Order: sequence, then C-alpha cells, then structure tokens
Amino acid sequence: MAWMAWTWPTAIFFLVIASLLITFSVLAIKFPETPRRGILRIETTRGDRLFITLLGSAFINLAWLGLVGAYQPYALIVCLLYAAAVFRWV
Amino acid sequence: MEKTTNQRAWFLVLPVLALVAFSAVIPLMTVVNYSVQDTFGNNQFFWVGLEWFEMMLADDRMWDALRRQVIFSAIILAIEVPLGVLIALHMPKRGVWVSVCLVLMSLPLLIPWNVVGTIWQIFGRVDIGLLGHTLAALGVDYNYTQDPLDAWVTLIVMDVWHWTSLVALLAYAGLKSIPDAYYQAARIGQASRWAVFRYIELPKMTGVLMIAILLRFMDSFMIYTEPFVVTGGGPGNATTFLSIDLVKMALGQFDLGPAAAFSIMYFLVILLVSWVFYTVMTNLDSQGGR
Repeated sequence: MAWMAWTWPTAIFFLVIASLLITFSVLAIKFPETPRRGILRIETTRGDRLFITLLGSAFINLAWLGLVGAYQPYALIVCLLYAAAVFRWV
Repeated sequence: MEKTTNQRAWFLVLPVLALVAFSAVIPLMTVVNYSVQDTFGNNQFFWVGLEWFEMMLADDRMWDALRRQVIFSAIILAIEVPLGVLIALHMPKRGVWVSVCLVLMSLPLLIPWNVVGTIWQIFGRVDIGLLGHTLAALGVDYNYTQDPLDAWVTLIVMDVWHWTSLVALLAYAGLKSIPDAYYQAARIGQASRWAVFRYIELPKMTGVLMIAILLRFMDSFMIYTEPFVVTGGGPGNATTFLSIDLVKMALGQFDLGPAAAFSIMYFLVILLVSWVFYTVMTNLDSQGGR
C-alpha cells in the first residue's frame, strides 16, 4: 500500500464517501422509494440526489478555493446547505 | 403472475466491480493522494494540503488548455454532427450499395489513433505530403508546424475525417428504424422535404444523436494521441489540449502533485458533462422515446 502514498486526511475522505454509499445502498434496499421530479424536471432517487450533492460539493469546494481562498470549513458549510437544498427540492 | 424481488443477480456484477476497482478506483485514489502531497522522488511524500489545487486554479496554463479544449470540442461537434446527419440522409436505404457504403464509412473508424496521426502528419507535410505539397504548389501558404491556424485546421479536418462516420452510422441506424408508415402519411399530407426531416426524421434520431454527441464530446475532450503525433501540442502551445498539457506536466516535468490536482479537476468536468448527457438521454427515453 506504500505506493499509493496514503495520508490520513485522504483516507478519512474516502471512508466518508464509502460509508455514504453503503448507507444509501442499505436505505435503498430497506426502504425502497419511487423516483420523484423536482426543480430540475428530472426523475431522481435518493442515490441520484447523493450523486448530485457530492459532485456539486466538489465544484463548490474548488470555486471556494479559487475565489475566496483556502478556508475549506466554510466551503463545507455551503456544501451542507447545498445538500439540504438538493435533498429538499431536486 | 406476481413477480418476486431477487437481488442476487447483483453478484454477477462482482467481476466487473473487481476489474473497475483495479483499473480505475485504486489509481484514482492514488491520484487524490498525490494531489495533497509533494515528492522529490524515492517514494517519499510531504503533506502540502490544498496548495496544488490553489496553484493550479490561479495558473493561466490550465485555463488556457481548457479554453483550447472547449473550442476544439465545440468546433468538431458543430461540424461532425450536421455533416454526419447529412451523409446518413443521403446513404442508400436498400440495395447492394448499402453494404458498400457501410463498409466504406466504417473504414476510418478501424484505424488506430496513432496511425491516423501519422497519416495526417505525413499527408500535411509541405516537402513530401500530398496535401501540403499540393497546397504549396497552388500557392497557398500552409505549414502546420509553424502556423497556429494551419495546425488547428489540420487537427479539425483530421478529426472530422476520422469520426464523422461514427455520427453518420448512428444517425443512419436511427433513420432505418423509422417505419414506412410515417413517410406514407407525410406523402399523403404533401409534406415538404424539410417538414419530413424536421417533424419525422429528426425527432426519431434524437436518441441516437444524443449518444453520438456524448461519444464525440467525450472522445474529443480527452483527445491526446492524434495532436501529440501531428503537432506535439505546437506550434508553441497553440494545440496543447488538456491531456497533452497534463502528460507534459506529469511525465515530462514529473510534477506529480500539480498534475494530480489538474487530473482531478479534469475528471470532475468530464464526470459533470457525462452526467448531464446521461440524464438528458434517460429522460428522453422515459418520455416514450420521443
């Protein structure tokens, strides 16, 4: 594993994403849902909304880094607001 | 009969999952790890946090390559999609010429990328190439190794030559799937040629055209081999597209950290665009294959 040059922060990052994926898979099996249409006018399930949240969060973090500077905890607050909005309205 | 839910078939996906893990997920994780560290070789890494991302976001080099890449993809899509549809509309629908056309159309698709690059690299040379020499004889000042515009034109014409067939074949498949009844109805209604195209053929081709656009966009956005062989990213940086710049940075300069940050941003853009196309495509399907 040494060749992969692991660090604790990146390991935690991937663990969080992996646990999110597992949680949402379990949720999808335990509590199946019907897709719904939100403001994007596309059918989404919980999993789709998670994907939109994660991808959007990556861009929010990059935009924050480029426009504001390296204050990522604040960017994460924006991401959480974005996540809440996606799960509520998309 | 009531259907039973059985999720065990998912286990059949396991081999693919293992393959993708080794070929994509693990390398991608390694790239993420590189992007937050610096190295001086010897497999020794030092934590630098998000510095590489900050540096790359403030660097004109990446934005310039992105701008060139977007312009390139936009131009080839704007040429290949209408041209492919036009060719498909004029291909024979039945008879012996169908096979001849299909074989001729698929020939450029069978040629490997580096061979296409080599063909055009020689074809365009002023001293020995057929195209370059002819243009020079006609008095046209053409030299793709020195003039940025000539280099761009060469790359665009090469890509159009290589990939328009794909769009044409997909559009042709879409056209063939339209039942004759539609055309008969159009004839009864005395619809013009344009009306037939606009209200019958184009709507029926939307699905395959979306696939064609997605494939051509992805391929042109990741293009590496052909420009590398023909122009090497030059003259100057005129045809240095994203992947050429990335390889220069990662393997030429061995700047693993900045190159990793660059790759991740590149990957995110591709992921976003693919998702948008995929969503549009599946939504077209769910609206009854309009």
